[in-house]
Amino acid sequence: MIEVKNISKSFEGQEILKNISTTFEKGKTNLIIGQSGSGKTVLMKCCIGLLDVDEGEITFDGRPFSTLKGKNQKSVRKEMGVLFQGGALFDSYTVEENVMFPLNMFTNNSLEEKRERVNEVLRHVNLENVNSKYPAEISGGMIKRVAIARAIALNPKYLFCDEPNSGLDPKTAEVIDELISELTEKFQMTTVINTHDMNSVLQIGQKIAYLYKGQLWWEGDHQGILETTNEELNDFVFSTELTRRLKHR
Amino acid sequence: MIKEIGQYLLIIFQAFKKPDKGRVFRKQLLIDFQALGVSSIGLVAFISLFTGGIIALQTAYNIDNPLVPMWLIGYTTKQMMILEFSPTIISLILVGKVGSSIASEIGTMRVTQQIDALEVMGINPANYLILPKITAAMIYNPILIVFSMGVGLFGGWFAVVITGQVTSVAFVDGLQSFWDPFSITYALIKTVVFAFILASVAGYKGFTVQGGSVEVGKASTQAVVISSVLIIIFDLLLTQMLLT
Repeated sequence: MIEVKNISKSFEGQEILKNISTTFEKGKTNLIIGQSGSGKTVLMKCCIGLLDVDEGEITFDGRPFSTLKGKNQKSVRKEMGVLFQGGALFDSYTVEENVMFPLNMFTNNSLEEKRERVNEVLRHVNLENVNSKYPAEISGGMIKRVAIARAIALNPKYLFCDEPNSGLDPKTAEVIDELISELTEKFQMTTVINTHDMNSVLQIGQKIAYLYKGQLWWEGDHQGILETTNEELNDFVFSTELTRRLKHR
Repeated sequence: MIKEIGQYLLIIFQAFKKPDKGRVFRKQLLIDFQALGVSSIGLVAFISLFTGGIIALQTAYNIDNPLVPMWLIGYTTKQMMILEFSPTIISLILVGKVGSSIASEIGTMRVTQQIDALEVMGINPANYLILPKITAAMIYNPILIVFSMGVGLFGGWFAVVITGQVTSVAFVDGLQSFWDPFSITYALIKTVVFAFILASVAGYKGFTVQGGSVEVGKASTQAVVISSVLIIIFDLLLTQMLLT
């Protein structure tokens, strides 16, 4: 479980995160949602250690990650898998080399063992026969799946996904959502997804944190969102005609 | 400016930490030898060959006094190639080719979050990306420069002998005259310093890019400009320190 305790973060005097406290639960897909500029990316960057928090603390199963330094912080990082918005695959590496990268860096396995693991995780994300292709040679959806494969190669306890559906067509986006949800359940990871895709919210949001102007405005699950009376959340989630019809059905 | 120097020193300090995995570092180093060194051989050979020829021909053109011995053409070509052209001008050319390539490669990795990916994996990205490039440049550039000297002198010999400006014997005589091995040491010391400047400044500029493709382009240009200026300044300083 990841606990976010009273964290605040400012940039050049402007407060982006205001005293946020929440928990991300194990074996669940935890969603952070909010409008652009609401602070969800900053919150995720604080959680994965790319930004330091000004106040408060983030703990991973009781370990105070945000205050750890050096080797102690590195040991928590090794338990994290991160899926970046654009995939962040290494352009000069093939799919196989990308997925093998964390295995090369953090294990002493033989090449055969590593290849076996690469093929195993690629099967988990329903990708085969793409090992020798470069990121530029595969589609956006495949890039996301390779990035997920790389993120889970070391059996992480925590999986962070930043806008996993951005730039994908609705069908591929659904496939990615289902994949993340399945992997979360199968490997009992604590998964945190940063999204503004309402399909994801309604389909896989087992725990949802809604940020509004840097504050935690609402928490609940996908069923709760359909029934909420929170005005700002309703404005955000049911901003289109299609979603409004869904709410009133 | 002071902030930038401080930031540069911090990143270079991070880069010079012990690599996470020696095997991975060695593999990366070999990749960079190929990308930064081997791929530059053709360009260095072409420029050195023609410049050696031009230096020899210009020297021959300027020696119109019959009392001046013709071996001076070979001697002057040798001195110019070894002391200045190969170490400095080739380094400046490599700044344009290799420096901009390093800055744009690392800069693109920054804006596409590849560096963030390394960081969240618990890998020191400066060490993983910049150290192999600095090491490769500091090892490979001296090899390129010695190669450039040889090709340049051959170019000089070929140009003046084929045009009948001087005999082959007189030119070679000039190459052998007043031979001072320290001039090679001096050239190699300069080359190693220039290689460090080239790779570290380009690595730093790429590493600190913020924004998108426009900023990557700017960082690449800045890397070339700053490295070139620093190389010229250090050329003067090192010459003063080592030759006087």
